[in-house]
Amino acid sequence: MKGNLWVLAEQWRGQLSEITFELMALGRELAEQLGVPFEAVLFGHNAKELAGQLGVADKVLYVDHALLKEPSPETYAQALEQLVKAKQPGAVLVPLTNVMMDVAALAPARLGAAFVNWCKGALVSEGKLQASAVLYGGKIEALVRVEAEPAVLGILPGVRPAEKGRKEKAVPVEEAGVTLETPRVRLNKYVEPEAGDVDITQQEVLVSVGRGIQTQNNIELAQELAEALGGAVSGSRPVIDQGWLPQSRQVGKSGASVKPKLYLALGISGAPEHVEGMKNAALIVAINTDPHAPIFNVAHYGAAMDMFDLLPRLTEEIKKRQVSRVT
Amino acid sequence: MNILVVLKMVPDVVEELEIAADGKALDAALLRMILNERDNHALEAALLLKEKHGGKVTVLGLEAPEMDDMLFTALAKGVDRAVKVTGMEPGLSTRAAAACLAAVIQQAGMWPADLVLTGVQAIDDLDGLAAPLLAQRLGAPYAGIVTRIEPNSTGTAATVVKEYPSGVHGEFEITLPAVLGIQAAEKPPRYVPVAKVRAAMKSQKIENVAAPAAEAGPVLVEVLRLEKPQPTTHAEMLEGSPEDLAGKLCEILAGRGLL
Repeated sequence: MKGNLWVLAEQWRGQLSEITFELMALGRELAEQLGVPFEAVLFGHNAKELAGQLGVADKVLYVDHALLKEPSPETYAQALEQLVKAKQPGAVLVPLTNVMMDVAALAPARLGAAFVNWCKGALVSEGKLQASAVLYGGKIEALVRVEAEPAVLGILPGVRPAEKGRKEKAVPVEEAGVTLETPRVRLNKYVEPEAGDVDITQQEVLVSVGRGIQTQNNIELAQELAEALGGAVSGSRPVIDQGWLPQSRQVGKSGASVKPKLYLALGISGAPEHVEGMKNAALIVAINTDPHAPIFNVAHYGAAMDMFDLLPRLTEEIKKRQVSRVT
Repeated sequence: MNILVVLKMVPDVVEELEIAADGKALDAALLRMILNERDNHALEAALLLKEKHGGKVTVLGLEAPEMDDMLFTALAKGVDRAVKVTGMEPGLSTRAAAACLAAVIQQAGMWPADLVLTGVQAIDDLDGLAAPLLAQRLGAPYAGIVTRIEPNSTGTAATVVKEYPSGVHGEFEITLPAVLGIQAAEKPPRYVPVAKVRAAMKSQKIENVAAPAAEAGPVLVEVLRLEKPQPTTHAEMLEGSPEDLAGKLCEILAGRGLL
């Protein structure tokens, strides 16, 4: 790869998101292996001071525009397209989050450039970028080689520790200009989540249910277990989509990131979007009928069995022990 | 309101996935295919819009095993027209497939539609996402991770709601016609009884449209190999009867001061 290596910073609501620094750490490594300059790209409006946090880069390319205040898919993609055409980088790492995913996919579509989705890692081999992408809900990984410049890589959260990419340092900032069309996609406002009955991020124990729970009525079984453990019930995407639990109980990409002392995953396959939100729990126990479910790659303890066989007995056993402890 | 929904079949990951002998693709012979879950939400979103605002819904499906069943199911659910794209070259990149689809949409009288809805992504989207690629080809604006759509009274724009992290939502206005990548419909995808699907099979037709030849283009991303993840960590698997397991789990929890 000949062109420079870029990271597109995720600036959302006036702040740089954690994943920006994870990508900065990866970008620094890759640029060194490629022997090319490493640059961070920052879009915003009156946000130049954020560049000071991107000291891991050799240079920050900053574009200031009223239309770039918040990441709106079309406008951001247009700005990135113009910048890429003008500067000809070799590759751009873009965070694959709800904030930036539209941009990550739309910019290469507009550029006719290479795109790799769902990257959990990237490396350099024989002077070319390779990426490992997580496919089929985490069941398969694809190792791909990027054959064209420029390329856009959508990088999943957790690729490197954020601390490695965080450096407060005066770094050269180059202000670049773009010409943006009247946007066809316009942000009206952000809507804050409605306060849920329970704040799942504050719970020490979460009993979390996935597609395997099968029906809304079965959630009661999880509820009984959660009560016995003094915790709350949360869920993965399919359960929320079915309306069986409110969105305030969702763990994962679009929901909450949780760090309880115990995360009990019941009938959750462990798709990357879910794992992102619970992988930092102190103790993860997973129950799933599929012994190859990716959730077992992140859990500390697992059992390949039908949760409906286990749940009533587990709840009963817990209650029994609690009673015997009291008496 | 004229709505086009694009449907794609993907491997069912509940089944064990096997990698083909060349190591670069899944062994197709062993795959059980299901509708991309997000596409099913896109279909539901279209049906809800039709019920609320009237108009027509067309579904466009890529030829695959079980796709006819999906298209008849969509007809039974109330879509007005079902079209199947046939003879698309196998193994196309997402980009080439999207170009093919865009050509079909433009040539088979499906464009302009007011909205093109499809799943925001699919589990096999490696080198591109269909919705933004379609948007680019059709020259339409795009927004993804959409969970709500409300067209304005003149049909020139719609308010769409996108999901952000931590339960935050972003409300956007998008000029129509537009392509939207659907994350979830406002209601769970509806169920339709098999009898209704059978009735649709008898009384309704699927139109077949031949895919144009794929555009030649440079290889941008080369798949070196597929592999089953070799996790650096794996759960310690507990075995035994449900009673044994309940006991073992309680010991573990007690050991951590959680009981």
